[in-house]
Amino acid sequence: MWDKAVIDMIIRGIGETLYMTLASTLLGYLFGLPLGVALAVTDKTGIRPNAVVYKLLDFISNIIRSIPFLILLIVLIPFTRAVVGKSYGSTATIVPLVVAATPFIGRMIESSLKEVDGGVIEAAQSMGAGPFTIIFHVLLVEARTSILVGATIAIGTILGYSAMAGTVGGGGLGDIAIRYGYHRYQADIMFATVILLIVLVQIFQTAGMYISNKLDRRKR
Amino acid sequence: MITLNNVSKTFTTKDGEVHALRDVTLTIEKGDIFGIIGMSGAGKSTLVRCLNFLERPTSGAVLVDGRDLSRLGGKQLRAERRNIGMIFQHFNLLMQKNVVDNICFPLRIAGTPKAAAKKRAQELLELVGLTDKASAYPIQLSGGQKQRVAIARALATNPKILLCDEATSALDPQTTKAILALLREINERYGITIVIITHEMAVVREICNRVGIIGEGRLVEHGSVIDVFSHPQSQEARELVLRNTGENHDLVETLETKNCVRIVFSENSSYEPVIANMVLKFGAPVNILRADTKNVSGIAHGEMILGLPEDREIARGMIKYLRERNLAVEEVTGYVG
Repeated sequence: MWDKAVIDMIIRGIGETLYMTLASTLLGYLFGLPLGVALAVTDKTGIRPNAVVYKLLDFISNIIRSIPFLILLIVLIPFTRAVVGKSYGSTATIVPLVVAATPFIGRMIESSLKEVDGGVIEAAQSMGAGPFTIIFHVLLVEARTSILVGATIAIGTILGYSAMAGTVGGGGLGDIAIRYGYHRYQADIMFATVILLIVLVQIFQTAGMYISNKLDRRKR
Repeated sequence: MITLNNVSKTFTTKDGEVHALRDVTLTIEKGDIFGIIGMSGAGKSTLVRCLNFLERPTSGAVLVDGRDLSRLGGKQLRAERRNIGMIFQHFNLLMQKNVVDNICFPLRIAGTPKAAAKKRAQELLELVGLTDKASAYPIQLSGGQKQRVAIARALATNPKILLCDEATSALDPQTTKAILALLREINERYGITIVIITHEMAVVREICNRVGIIGEGRLVEHGSVIDVFSHPQSQEARELVLRNTGENHDLVETLETKNCVRIVFSENSSYEPVIANMVLKFGAPVNILRADTKNVSGIAHGEMILGLPEDREIARGMIKYLRERNLAVEEVTGYVG
């Protein structure tokens, strides 16, 4: 049973999982970072309070986050088909993953930026810093460690979501676990994929914490 | 020169309106070290933030060197703020940037080229005596060192005014003295106008030449430090002069019930043994409750609190006697609380 075909399939599964996870995280940050900044900046304690913009972004983020991922995956099928041309496979899975990850990442960025000491922002304002300087040179820099910790959590979550997408033909390790473990009762292959998922999450978690610690200047 | 004309600031909270400042009119001259003192919640932090428009007054005008801040647009206001440095109680350094980069930060905002900014940072580090800490991060510094970095950072763009918001309140007495000495040096060497917000009379006595006293959002009294210290007019001023950073709470309580006066001897007070002669003259003893010498703007002032005899007639005579000998006499009874 552990022949070359199975091993090749598992290796391809790892590759697909990594591809979906990393691409979705990257694209998730491409949209989630501006969303988080906008949320933090327009909130009533932010540097440019704007109740209308905040409420709108807040509402949209909450709606997307309220939809269970599996359902979102299905609801988005027409949209996915419009974007990548098909609704199954790893590349197609990236679309719902990014949609689900963006508000989640936005919320984490928002909370990281809100941790930045208001006094430091006030000091920057007293020096004549404008909103863009404050965002890029104060907020994002001072919150760096917290943002990286958030990214580590985001990667773990997205990896989990990508495995879920396996149930509807998304590819990757989740797909293998479902097809072999659930449909064919080959528990050993399922366990192997589960262990691989655990190992991947551990690697991302350890690497993420290492980098964020390394970049934190608040240690003696 | 900073001029405030009828500045008021009202915050709207869910519990209603809070009048942080009410109709404050004040002029701070160029080169002054101006103290703004008041109990916590009196509105002094709001007042200092109105000087660089971190808080926009609800009404009234703030003029810095004749320019009305409320008439400036966002960009002009940010440019104007480069002329007004500010330091804070909790230093507010960028924790992820090292000392040099913290000092360069306002210069980078102003668009100074990197090399020139570094050079200026080096000069400033020499001024504040931290050349050996250039590449340290704020977490590695003591409170006093952090405040020195903050001062260097505030001075980077060559401001004409330096605002200090409780800048020594988080520091121990010795470090406070050193930081105040540095501020005085900066004032003398560069002629920078310094505005100091504090709740400690000791800070005002140590360094300021003029002082304004804030109580419940109003400027209740202002003038030279020596005048206010010797002849406090308002209740808030008397309380602050007497309380002296909290060490005399008990004393203040006991004074409420007694017939007491506070007298201040300036350097030109005669060497005549005034108290002893007074006791001999009136044939009634007085109780010396406190006696102290204080350094007010570099001049030693004696301060004494006397418990006078209960006989009103004698007490009044004694006060007259002391006043005739050019001593500042303040009746203490019944005003506290």
